[in-house]
Amino acid sequence: MSQFERLRVMFGAAPRKSVLVTPEAQQVHSLKRMTKADFEALKQHARDHQLVTHKWRNRRWAVLLLVNLLFTLSFWLDIQMLEGALTASRLVGFHLIDLNSALQVMLAHKHIIVNLFIGTATVFVIWALLGGRSFCSWVCPYHLLAEWFEWLHLKLAARKLVSDHEFHRGVRSVFWVVFAALAVLTGYTVFETISPTGILSRALIYGPSLALGWVLLLLVFEVVYSRRAWCRYVCPIGLTYGMAGAISPLRVDYRLEKCFHEGDCRKVCLVPHVLDVVIKGRAAALTTPIGPDCTRCGLCVDVCPSGALVFDVKGLQKLL
Amino acid sequence: MSDPKSDDKTLEATAVTPSENPPAGSKRAPVRRQANRRRFIRSAVMLGGVLGLAMLGYIPVANARNRRLRPPGALEEGDLLSSCIKCGQCVQVCPVAAIRLDDIASGFGLGVPYIDARAQACDFSCDAVQCILACPTGSLTYRKPGSLGTRAGMPLARPPVLKAKEADAEPTLNLAERIGVARLSRPDACLAVQGRRFSGQARGADYRGRLRYVAVDRWKPIGVRDHPYERDLCNLCVSECPIKEAITMAETIAADGSRHYRPQVLEQCVGCGVCEMICPVEPTAIVIDPRQPWSA
Repeated sequence: MSQFERLRVMFGAAPRKSVLVTPEAQQVHSLKRMTKADFEALKQHARDHQLVTHKWRNRRWAVLLLVNLLFTLSFWLDIQMLEGALTASRLVGFHLIDLNSALQVMLAHKHIIVNLFIGTATVFVIWALLGGRSFCSWVCPYHLLAEWFEWLHLKLAARKLVSDHEFHRGVRSVFWVVFAALAVLTGYTVFETISPTGILSRALIYGPSLALGWVLLLLVFEVVYSRRAWCRYVCPIGLTYGMAGAISPLRVDYRLEKCFHEGDCRKVCLVPHVLDVVIKGRAAALTTPIGPDCTRCGLCVDVCPSGALVFDVKGLQKLL
Repeated sequence: MSDPKSDDKTLEATAVTPSENPPAGSKRAPVRRQANRRRFIRSAVMLGGVLGLAMLGYIPVANARNRRLRPPGALEEGDLLSSCIKCGQCVQVCPVAAIRLDDIASGFGLGVPYIDARAQACDFSCDAVQCILACPTGSLTYRKPGSLGTRAGMPLARPPVLKAKEADAEPTLNLAERIGVARLSRPDACLAVQGRRFSGQARGADYRGRLRYVAVDRWKPIGVRDHPYERDLCNLCVSECPIKEAITMAETIAADGSRHYRPQVLEQCVGCGVCEMICPVEPTAIVIDPRQPWSA
């Protein structure tokens, strides 16, 4: 899958089956078809011996809570480690500025001071290296809340009390463009007014606000009407970080040979379109890096019974 | 009213049905196409809904019912709202916790810093106007760039002298513009105008606000309730003003020889709000008009 194709999918297009398939991948595909009985036996074996772990989820939740706690404690205990909120902060004095908030301010204000530029550039480099949307699942406090409410949604959906209404994924790209345009045209950072990330981050640090009502409304909407709707179809922060991490070396790799095509990974994934490649017969190469819309949350890595999805840093093996 | 509506619906339904006829050889296509169309409509409605809700934030801004007192060095209101990244670093550095962040009722002003002077004014305890130093986007700034506008009467005629720093080599405050200007809003209620004395806690025993009293501790502000006053003529707004020559007690002698007093705001007033905070009258007799220029 080309880089262009991966970006297309992130912006909202449906994944397409690759035309060019490497001979090695073709061989694996055909072997899986020919040795069906053996394949099924192997699959059952992997299932039976699966170690159910939440390794990556637990690590991620710990990091997410730690980062947000560091903001809170910096202010409460006045230890000045990480001052500010997620939108902009100082890490022991160094400016860090959220990419989407910076973009909104730059477009609305049309005047960029040095500190704003430095903070934005620093954060860009950090997340370009760490995977871009890894911001979403490893730092964003709304992501964690939404994850917990998603569990509720799935419970209710299993009892047929609610059902998931999908939206067109392309609507997130439309939101991104409209919010950028609104910032330029109105001179207000319109998105910041409704951003649950900013609202939650400030509430954690400066105390609760009425704006939390809006966040609760979003969560209720996600439980009763559409699974993970804000992160999947609206949030321009996710798309901004997705673009920042488009060529990030840190990603999840899919290894065709180890895969039994059971689809557990797609069921737990926030952005299942990036896992289109795991569908039987789709993979074009033995190893495929998962696209930029992936939040590197590691749920698929945890759930895969046969280790077909793994975290990888591109070039690290060569370097070592 | 309901009849034409339902007519529309049936019309729509009949108009739509023919296009749903399956193309030859495909049974699943129409179902999928209908699902796609529903998804598209749903997405469009959601797009409109979220954008509509977001734009509601403009209403409180346009009404400007809350004219907020902004922290020192704030750009003009429009520029402030466009440039503030809503991080609250100004809140974190303020030694008297004068700065708060606005809530969703202020629309686009959500997360933007303001000062409720009556609850806790800015008394420049920090000496250096640290909120300006903390601001990462230049929403609060020592010197405005030329491209950003200001209004006549906002720039201070000369650098304000901080009473607490008067003995220092550099006694001025690094502040080029005022954030508002004080006004004796209820002269009849003013104790000085009435010629009355004041003794006790300025704002009562439950008041949480703090001020720096140089005579007590130059670096550590203390609670106003822990600093009772004893004045033959109430002059708290004048004596507690942190800025030199910003407010004075004007004295007039009437024809019958009686003396009359009245606090008089001077051009050096920066609008910090300490006078509004300390005024023992309830409600206050002196207020800050936020973002008002000086007019003689």
